[in-house]
Amino acid sequence: MAALLVVDNVSKSFSGLRAVQDVSFTVPAGEIVALIGPNGAGKTTCFNLIAGVYRPDQGEVRFADQRIDGWRPDQICRAGIGRTFQLVKPFAGLSVLENVTVGALNASASVPEAQDRSKAVLDKLGLWSKRDRTAGALTLPERKLLEVARALATGPRLLLLDEVMAGLRPTEVNTMVSLFRELNASSGLTILLIEHVMRAVMALSRTVVVLHHGQVIAAGTPDEVTRNPAVLESYLGEEAL
Amino acid sequence: MIKLLLAGVPRTGLLMLAILLALFVALPFFVSDYLVTVLFLILYFAFVGQAWNIMMGFAGQLSLGHALYVGLGAYAAAALYVHFGISPWIGLWASMGISAVAGAIIGFLAFRFGVGGVYFAILTIAFAEFARIGFDHFTWVDGSSGFFLPVANYTENDLWNLRGSTRMFYYLMLGMTVAALLACHALLRSRAGYYWLAIRESPEAAQALGINIFKYKMYAVVLSAAMTSLAGVIFAFFYNNLFPEQIFHISRSIELILAPIIGGVGTLAGPLVGAFLLTALAEGLREVMLQLGVDVPGVKQVFYGICLLLVVMFLPDGVWPPLSKLLGLDRKTPDREG
Repeated sequence: MAALLVVDNVSKSFSGLRAVQDVSFTVPAGEIVALIGPNGAGKTTCFNLIAGVYRPDQGEVRFADQRIDGWRPDQICRAGIGRTFQLVKPFAGLSVLENVTVGALNASASVPEAQDRSKAVLDKLGLWSKRDRTAGALTLPERKLLEVARALATGPRLLLLDEVMAGLRPTEVNTMVSLFRELNASSGLTILLIEHVMRAVMALSRTVVVLHHGQVIAAGTPDEVTRNPAVLESYLGEEAL
Repeated sequence: MIKLLLAGVPRTGLLMLAILLALFVALPFFVSDYLVTVLFLILYFAFVGQAWNIMMGFAGQLSLGHALYVGLGAYAAAALYVHFGISPWIGLWASMGISAVAGAIIGFLAFRFGVGGVYFAILTIAFAEFARIGFDHFTWVDGSSGFFLPVANYTENDLWNLRGSTRMFYYLMLGMTVAALLACHALLRSRAGYYWLAIRESPEAAQALGINIFKYKMYAVVLSAAMTSLAGVIFAFFYNNLFPEQIFHISRSIELILAPIIGGVGTLAGPLVGAFLLTALAEGLREVMLQLGVDVPGVKQVFYGICLLLVVMFLPDGVWPPLSKLLGLDRKTPDREG
């Protein structure tokens, strides 16, 4: 399949610290790719480079055969990349439905259309019964779901998920995993996820990219990377052997 | 159109609004000139409060210099009338245009270069101060000695030139306040409204959801400035005198944001409720003091201060949110429409 997202030799430094160095990987259309690695490996920086929060010092990011590095986050969202934040950023004073409607307006011609769209998304994620709750009053798992709902409502072709399963209970992880599988299978949604919950990574992704000290140290199928000695040493731990 | 404007308002709310409107329309027939002036002031502060609320309550951009737009609006329309005999109904377009440009300049400087929060508020104060000092030396409108509109004894109301009785100004202000309320209601339910609230709550998340935050913040400032300038036009023709030291003064900027803060920032009814509470109570207090024969200068300012303190301490969201809950007006989304 053709690559939907290409990260090509991208580097980014913060006042001398090289957070991301010559990172390259591709996300084929219709696939689920996981980005894993220890804390501080540069995963979230990678996301922010793709989503337009940062401009790469060098290298290119291409989405659907278009260079998008240097674009603003809102332009990148409109181009078809939806993202969630690791530290969730709900519109705390607005209701759940209003939160999702803001996202849905990106893909809708009118407010009523956006509201219909939001209803569909909230239904799918099981949040419809909480539609009138203030987002600030939600529990953490609900906020994580809301984060996903908002990003999904923008109608993305590529969804960037930044640790949406961290802090969830195992049953909640299972629900999320089956949700993403279903989205991927039914609508061909391409997903790039950062995740520490290895069970979710193994269950979801066809390809895993491992970052360490800002560099890609391995890439391949989940089976391949979990057997890779470098990955075991730097991230998963020797005891996994 | 009307259906669209009223969409989403609870039935009981509509009824209360209708009764309130009828009351405001009928009252001048039964009360003294003095009370009509008080009512006029309530509406005036409700209107400017509503305009300010677009920027602060909706888009989350704190302006402490809104007296700038009142002043520019007042001076523009008054100068066109005095120098060229142009009706304020035409002059108000110049007022809105000039204020919109001023708002756009402030907005551009702030939003383009990432000036936010308190620093943005200081910038707005600075521009109002520039105008105050600048107009002191602006001889075309008589500088610091004040600009006066010709006052003659008008036997009848001349609506076209805004020369007439307090009651004429009262009804004009009532119309403007109702229009502002309806416009803000419609705005809140529009794309811009959703985007403003999102920007207020979290600019980063808003941008990640495809919102051009620079553009929408600019819309808010320009719209708020233009709307505020209309209040300036009324101010000029009602009081017939303009002094830069007064109209652009920071105390005026503060005075006009008290109503929405006390009523409830970001709510539609807040500015009206706040204006009513503040003005009615302040004037009531004045009456009581007068009856008691006590004359303390500055008692109104102290009273405003106490009101603000009480609201900030006990009702940080303003008076309206808890009041609307009490009246059963907080909204719910229907479970499923057909």
